[in-house]
Amino acid sequence: MSSPCIEFRHVSKTFAGAKHIVPALEDVSFVVQPGEFVTIIGPSGSGKSTLFNLCVGLFEPDKGEILIDGERKRNRAGMVGYMPQRDLLLPWRSVLDNVIIPLEIQGIPRKVARQRALEILPHFGLKTFENEYPSALSGGMRQRAALLRTWLMGRSTLLLDEPFGALDALTRKELQNWLLTVWQEFSRTVLFITHDVEEAVYLADRVIVLSPRPGKIKLELTVDLPHPRHQSMTTEPEFGKLVRELLTELGVNT
Amino acid sequence: MNWRRDFIPPTALIIFLILSWFFVTKVTGLKPFILPTPLDVIEAGLRTRGLLLDAIGTTLLSTAIGMTLALLTGLGIATLMDLWPLVRRALYPILVASQTVQILAIAPILVIWFGFGIMPTIFIVVLSCFFPLAVSTADGLTSADPELLALLRAMGATRRQIWRMVRLPAALPSFFSGLRIAITYSVVAATVGEWVGGSSGLGMYMLRSKNALATDQVFVAMLITTLLSIALFMLVYGIERIVLPWYYSAQRKEQWDEMGIY
Ligand SMILES: Nc1ncnc2c1ncn2[C@@H]1O[C@H](COP(=O)(O)OP(=O)(O)O)[C@@H](O)[C@H]1O
Ligand SMILES: [Mg+2]
Repeated sequence: MSSPCIEFRHVSKTFAGAKHIVPALEDVSFVVQPGEFVTIIGPSGSGKSTLFNLCVGLFEPDKGEILIDGERKRNRAGMVGYMPQRDLLLPWRSVLDNVIIPLEIQGIPRKVARQRALEILPHFGLKTFENEYPSALSGGMRQRAALLRTWLMGRSTLLLDEPFGALDALTRKELQNWLLTVWQEFSRTVLFITHDVEEAVYLADRVIVLSPRPGKIKLELTVDLPHPRHQSMTTEPEFGKLVRELLTELGVNT
Repeated sequence: MNWRRDFIPPTALIIFLILSWFFVTKVTGLKPFILPTPLDVIEAGLRTRGLLLDAIGTTLLSTAIGMTLALLTGLGIATLMDLWPLVRRALYPILVASQTVQILAIAPILVIWFGFGIMPTIFIVVLSCFFPLAVSTADGLTSADPELLALLRAMGATRRQIWRMVRLPAALPSFFSGLRIAITYSVVAATVGEWVGGSSGLGMYMLRSKNALATDQVFVAMLITTLLSIALFMLVYGIERIVLPWYYSAQRKEQWDEMGIY
């Protein structure tokens, strides 16, 4: 059996702020298996982004350990695909030159990198946009570009931090379906942060719920809906039951 | 650029000012050595055109050499300050102090060291121009979004790659702002240098004309200095627009236009 893509073992992380210390995560343990689509949900400030920043090695945990592909690595940079909350496209690079950044980092010549990106660009709905500057793109297109950039890191595991958080409802639904399609087509593993309960259920095989600060795992919920998903499923009783369960857990239900 | 909107107003204003000048000299009947008419000035320029062309050549040469050295010093200092925070802390006050040095005070020293000639002029151009370059570039290098740097780090980029892909391009708009200021100072700095320590050039032409009470020629030199400064400014601006197409993109301009403050 292959080892888990990501494993957190009793991870705690505290930040030293200007005035006081902020405990961001407390004793967090979970496992993500290859091919899974796991969503993480929790109130703002519950340490969701911190989980990712720890995964990619921007910080080290105070306690506990993080395993990537079953290995405990000191330098985790570049080991998993990472898409931060903001799209962070470089304004001076065209869409094409933005998405090849990870390839350039890996030392692949620009020409080869561009060629490779052009082949996959249509899958991301970015065809005919490759020569535009990011400032000319709509929010949805910018997210697609940021996602393609993450994709081209070439890692089997993708960490997506609220990728659709700032989009309007229609674009968001469109991109959700599209993401599920490419996830299946290319058989990747996805860890996806959201603050939207319906999105969490709709996308996931499993939902991880974090408590308010300091973030602890409150619940892991398995979503037993078949793939591929359809928007029609969101009106089914099973879906509604899961959503209500999450809302109760997050303390929002009546 | 929108010619009708951006070109006509300043041209109209300049024509108006020249006409007023003409009018004042005519009405008041001031002596030409106090205030020559615009026609006197043009005539003086044509009369001394041989001398002038030589002077312009010399001044432009000093300006070019001075600006090149100022660029090297400015960018060098900015890079050092960026790589080592200690250098920044140590150097910054001294850089500021260097800008308070009175040119008139150091000119005699420069002449003692280098003699009358091109060296004092170049030195004064460098002294006047490296500072805006160093400061704007150093600021530009720290202007990149920290989250962007974190992202590249998370993707496994080395420090050098981050410098090349993010910090350097992010610094360019700021660098060009500094360059535009520096280039505007440069010609005037060169003429001042020639005035206080040179042996030729527009500054020397101006000094000789002043000593001969040829006020019309002083005006010619002033006018040419101004025109050269404007031309160099426009040159830099043009280069900037070619090098930073993303910064001057249509969208950006549109957004400013919409807000009505472009
Ligand atoms: N680099 C940091 N330095 C200091 N405090 C931080 C840092 N990153 C996150 N925090 C703090 O940790 C807590 C969790 O933040 P975050 O992981 O961004 O939460 P979420 O993504 O769930 O909204 C917040 O209180 C935040 O202020
Ligand atoms: Mg967050």
